[in-house]
Order: sequence, then structure tokens, then C-alpha cells
Amino acid sequence: MVTTAKIINLDYGAGKPVDKRVIDTMLPYMNTRCGNPSSLHSMGQEAKNALHRARQQVSELINAERAETIIFTSSATESNNLAIKGTANRNKDKGTKIITSSVEHMSVVNPIKYLTTKGFESSFVPVNNYGEIDLNTLEKELNERTILVTMVFANGEIGTIEPIKEISKIVHEKNAILHVDATAAAGQIPINVQDLGIGLMTFSANDMYGPKGVGALYIKDGLRIEPLIHGGGQEKGLRSGTENIPGIVGFGKAAEIARQEMQVHLQKLTKLRDRFMEGLLSQLPYTFLNGHPTKRLPDNVSVRYSFVEGESMLLSLEMNGVLVSSGSACASKTLEPSHVLLATGLKHEEAHGSIMFTLGRESKIEDIEYVIGLMPSIINRLRDMSPLTPKEVKNVLR
Amino acid sequence: MYSDKVMENFKNPKNTGEILDADGVGTVGNPVCGDMMTMYIKVKDNRIADIKFKTFGCGAAIATSSMTTEMAKGKTLEEALKISRQDVATELNGLPPVKMHCSNLAADALHAAIKDYYKKQQASTEVKQ
Repeated sequence: MVTTAKIINLDYGAGKPVDKRVIDTMLPYMNTRCGNPSSLHSMGQEAKNALHRARQQVSELINAERAETIIFTSSATESNNLAIKGTANRNKDKGTKIITSSVEHMSVVNPIKYLTTKGFESSFVPVNNYGEIDLNTLEKELNERTILVTMVFANGEIGTIEPIKEISKIVHEKNAILHVDATAAAGQIPINVQDLGIGLMTFSANDMYGPKGVGALYIKDGLRIEPLIHGGGQEKGLRSGTENIPGIVGFGKAAEIARQEMQVHLQKLTKLRDRFMEGLLSQLPYTFLNGHPTKRLPDNVSVRYSFVEGESMLLSLEMNGVLVSSGSACASKTLEPSHVLLATGLKHEEAHGSIMFTLGRESKIEDIEYVIGLMPSIINRLRDMSPLTPKEVKNVLR
Repeated sequence: MYSDKVMENFKNPKNTGEILDADGVGTVGNPVCGDMMTMYIKVKDNRIADIKFKTFGCGAAIATSSMTTEMAKGKTLEEALKISRQDVATELNGLPPVKMHCSNLAADALHAAIKDYYKKQQASTEVKQ
């Protein structure tokens, strides 16, 4: 229910608009340029060239060694599945242990849980209060049975950027393969897969203002995995099925724009983010930041308010035209609060009181100031109603 | 997700706050689960003369609290004890299925407050005897 005309979208993490330039690039491939790259005639070759160009553009964003290291998929979820199951199936004779962290996306957690029903073993490395992976535990958990370590580059929920370089060093000392889920990070912050020693990396188009339904998996030259989808042998046999040419072309353009304009958006968003965090954290007592204050994605502001519940904050904001996400149980299908928030050491009731803003290229300082101005009345109203709010807090608020 | 009536009750909840000299108080739920509510009642001539609530929880938790207090006000204790979770949900034009159990606790809080009142009555009668 929205009672105000103006909508302020602060839920870009859930979905982004497709850049106009990306749409313009895609349109012909839905219409006149409808060829299949497997066809030998000119229209097929046109599609094949477009596919190659997009692969080139996407590979340049992450400084991959060459275009062919990129496999296009349908989503980051598929890329994570392909990386994890594909590596496990390929290497099951070498070892059965897969290590990950306690703050991963469900498309990493659930493939690993599935593999544990097929004879693989898993280990979930804990994080500190900021959500940073505990490198000592990672080192201890790595053994000669470990075939794969899969870690998030930066957390989409709490924004924390992980020490991938250090992780990579530890993983390579034990000759395991490193897969990185860079879905929330790619296109926003610089990533150099060669410098970082990344073996496989997941990312997707919509997170960089490309279309939904297109993902990518970077596979380092020489690294072999098994496919999930068998068929006509597209994408080097790793992902059969006619290529989604319009989507892939859009991904290519989005990656090119993201690379060219990265510094501009990074600086603008970081400024907005820091003002937003400062504004929210300085105005009301019992307000806390989730995630790391500085090692943080430029678009993420995740905070928690004691004594109130996330969904009621979300609804209150929506009544004022502001769209956000919440880590509370009520905002999820499982009725459990976010496992990421719990992994950072929050109690259930603290996790329930979390709210997540994600900024986008179109976010403006006026929007941020408007929301900062809105929060006290929303939080005070809910705290007034809450049986958990201590009396002295109410007195402070008045 | 929610009916207009739920949103109206969330936006402008009735009977929020506490009654300091309440005749009965009932608390149900748990902050760990994300929903907790306390109901306060004032009883006169076997009827609920005044009722207030405090709720920590989602939109459904706040809306059902508000609706339950409205439904219970003026009723005899026997009538109020018959108000069920389903009655509250119906009065709100329905709740999402997932909310029926976790957040629809207000009727339970009302019943707990009435039972607390009965217990206190019994105790004071015993003292008098």
C-alpha cells in the first residue's frame, strides 16, 4: 500500500533497471538479428560475432586472461551451481571436502548441502562481527582432501568486502580451487581475477544494470569442471542450450559501461552511503550498523534498530513511498531471520530489527536526506508500541 | 501482501499503550521469534471496560493486536474468551497463510489477560476469606 505519489527505490540490491544504452544494444537481437550462433549462414555468424564481442566485454571487466574464460549462464544461481557441483564432480577422485563461509548466498549453501548427501563433506568457516571470514579457521580447515573453497567477494546483505587476496593465498598453498561469488561486487568495485588468483568466479548482468536472466562464470584457463546441462555442446560443452543472445549482448554492454564508468559511480555512491550511514546512526539511540564501516560495498546501508521488528519498519517506509528490504523472519519464506546476520553474532531479536537499503545509480542525495528525516518518527512510533522498549529510551526520545 | 484493513490497523492502531492499574495482564510470544505482545484489561461488572496493548512484531502482529482490542472492548469475559485467532483474521479480511500462526497471537494474549484477571480475583477472594 503506497499512500504517496513519489516512490524512492532503495532496494536496488533486489533488482536494477536496465541501462537505456543496454536496451538499445539488445533490441536488434530480439528482432532483425535473430540468428543462432550455431548456424553457418550470415545471420548465424552475426550472432556468433555478437556473442564473442559480449564475451570480450565481460572478460575485460574482470581482467580475465581472454574472452573464452567466460561461460554464459541463466543467472548467478546457475553459475554458483555450475562452479560448485562442476568442480566437485570433476575432482571427486582427488578429494571430497568443500569449504565455504557462514555468510554465503543460498545458491552456494544449498548446492553444498546437496553434495553432502552424495558423499562430499562441507565446512562453514565463521565470520567476525563485521562479517569478515576468519582466516585462521580457513587455514585450519584446509587439508589434503579439500578440493574447493567457495567464498563471497562482498556480501549483498551487509555489504562487507572479504579479504579475497588473503583467502586466495591460503587456498593456493593447499592446492585447492578457489571459487568466488562476486554477484554483488562485480561492476561496482574493481576486480582483477588474475591478480587475485581466482579460479572460478560468479557474477550476473542485472547487478550491473544489464537484463535479468543472464549470468556468467569465469573459469581460469586450464581449469576443468563438469557441466550440469548436457546437450548441443554450446559454451565449450559446459552449458548446452541455444545462447540467450539478446541477454548476453546486453550483459556485454552493461559490463563495458560498468568498467568505463566505475570510478564515477563508486565515488558518488560511497559519498551517498557514508552520509546515509552517518545520518541514521547519529540520530537515534540503540541504532547499529550491520557489516564493516569501511570495507564495504558502495551501495549498501544495513542498520538495525533495537526493540522494533524489520517488517513493520519496511511497511512504515513503504507508506511513505520508500522501498527497502529487511533481514527479519517476517520478510523471508522460512520465518527465520537472515543466516548472514546471525553469523555476524547477532541475536535473533537483533536480526529481526534489521533493515537494508541498497542504493543505485539513480539515487539522489535528496532521497537520502528524506529517508534520514523520516526515520525518527517511524522508529519512535514502533518503539512506543513495543513492550521491549525500556522506559529510559522513551524518555530520551521525547 | 496484506488486506487494506490490515494496513489500516497497522497504520492507525487502536488502543496502544499500557494500563498501569490493569486488572489483568497477558503476555504471549517471544522476541526471539520476532513477535511478542502484552494485553492489559480493566474489568467492570464482568465486562472489559478498557483494553490496551503493546506489541513487538511485524505488520500482522500489530494489526491483529489492534483488531483484537477493538473486538474485545465492552464484551463480557465469557464472550471475550470465545474470540479466536480465526475470528480476528476474518475481521481483518484475512491474513497471509504464513502469518496465521506466527503473528496472529493477539487472541491468545487477550485470553491470557482474562485468565490473569480470574487468578487475581481468586487470590483476593482467598485473602478475604
